[in-house]
Amino acid sequence: MRRRGGTGAATTYLVVGAFASVLAFPFYWMFITAFKTGHDLYDPANVPVIFNESPTLEHVRQLLRDTPYPHWVENTMFVGLSVVAVTLAVSLPAAYALARYSEPCVRRVGAAIFLSSLVPPTLLFLPLSRLVSDVRLHDSLWSLVLVYPSFTVPGSTWLLTGFFKTIPADIEEAALVDGCSQLRALRSVILPVSAPAIVCVAIFSFTLATNEFVYGVTFITSAAQKTISTGLPSHLVRGDVLSWGPLMAGVLMPSLVMGLLYTGLVTWLMSWWVGARS
Amino acid sequence: MSHALALLSPAGVYLLAVVGGALLLAAYLSSTDAVAGSLSGDFVGLGNFARAVQQPAVLRAVTNTIVVAIVSQVLAVTCGLVLASFLNRRFRGKRLFLFLILLPWAAPVALGTLGWKWILDSLFSVVNWALRSAHVVSAQGAPQWLADPKLAMISIIAVETWRSLPFATVVLLAGFASLPPELDDAARIDGANGWRKMIHVTIPLLAPVIAVAWLIGVVFAASGMAVVQVLTAGGPLDSTHVLSSWAFRTGIDSGELGAGAAVSLLLVPLLAGASIAVLCVVRRAEIGL
Repeated sequence: MRRRGGTGAATTYLVVGAFASVLAFPFYWMFITAFKTGHDLYDPANVPVIFNESPTLEHVRQLLRDTPYPHWVENTMFVGLSVVAVTLAVSLPAAYALARYSEPCVRRVGAAIFLSSLVPPTLLFLPLSRLVSDVRLHDSLWSLVLVYPSFTVPGSTWLLTGFFKTIPADIEEAALVDGCSQLRALRSVILPVSAPAIVCVAIFSFTLATNEFVYGVTFITSAAQKTISTGLPSHLVRGDVLSWGPLMAGVLMPSLVMGLLYTGLVTWLMSWWVGARS
Repeated sequence: MSHALALLSPAGVYLLAVVGGALLLAAYLSSTDAVAGSLSGDFVGLGNFARAVQQPAVLRAVTNTIVVAIVSQVLAVTCGLVLASFLNRRFRGKRLFLFLILLPWAAPVALGTLGWKWILDSLFSVVNWALRSAHVVSAQGAPQWLADPKLAMISIIAVETWRSLPFATVVLLAGFASLPPELDDAARIDGANGWRKMIHVTIPLLAPVIAVAWLIGVVFAASGMAVVQVLTAGGPLDSTHVLSSWAFRTGIDSGELGAGAAVSLLLVPLLAGASIAVLCVVRRAEIGL
């Protein structure tokens, strides 16, 4: 018999299960709301947590047909992928430099990059809204592509630096001896072995960009230019008349996608973290 | 070495321009009476700050910000510690549980909060249905979660806790993973099990990680705006505004850029204090190891 800390598997399932149910309940509630008929949803005599009538795709159809939701999905993908591209282009060389050089001035720049992640969007959205309209990007998705890397680059650089440090320097020294330039060594030797870390940073940046709210509601005003995160709360919620069915259908889908991405990311980071220490 | 600086320069220049530049502009704007649309305002010195701290709404927002951030993170880290201590074991189906536990943090915060707005709806709240079914409240006496100032604050704290708990859990889980495996055996030989081991052995060893998880959570919760904006929009009667939502209302909705920038800068002492504390804890833990 193996006993750990005096409590058994049953307690583990009980505690973890209880936390998981409370934490995931809103998503169950979104799911059941999204697929219930309107009549089922708004009949006070019904038990709300189950399907009293057979499920329907009516709300999903309504969301895709009668609202700008498909545009918002497109906009979110466009902004997310562009931010990932910019983030990688900027973070990869920076992280490589931070991992391979330890001169005081390099470390100072590294510290400054890290410090910039401590400045939250709340302090910056008002002056940036001014700058964005000065460069005539107000209500354009490019304003988000321009500003979002400010919160994805510091974290990505930090993650990549940690990863590059685990790659032995001999690998690219061999390439340098063979006459490669440094940039070429980075591209043809380091990048291939770093594929998992790059995927990880891409997911990290994509999820951050998709979750962003403050800049989104500040820079973008027209319904067609919104992302999912800002469009759903501001354009499907009108006064007291809320169409909860389509709303929850729209909320559920991106939440589950982000959930899957995050679980993969966290599982990978944890195994890397444990591996790096042992 | 010049190579290194060349490789660093895109990230450095970009962040300096966007974050550094915007921060300076925020400081400049806060000392002017600039409004949206005009190119610049007149210099008013500390006038915006002086005016801000005399407004009851701003003082209320300061209190709300601090209360929401501190209370939600105490709850999140306490629950996260319990949850992480169990997640640190091996068991079947862990990945599925991890997925469910991470959802609140992974889902875009504005969207998760929309889900809560529906859960706490005035007519069809599932929470009130459960309370009624359990005969805790009568049909007439059902609480109006988002229409009563006190309950609205409690709702905001609950949502903020719900959304921060997965983050605290993951940070603490990393802390648990870094504890030496011999610890279990040592504690068992000394007769410390379960809660006693947790309180006398694990928590003291994890103290730096707990402090960092809490402080980072406080920074996130204090600077975030989406929960309040989506759940209550500061209402009822401006009773649940936090500094960020009040800054948005002043700077964007009313178009008073200068005054809004001053309100958002009131966050700086809180954020700076927390950030310095994080750095101190991290540095001390490294020396201690």
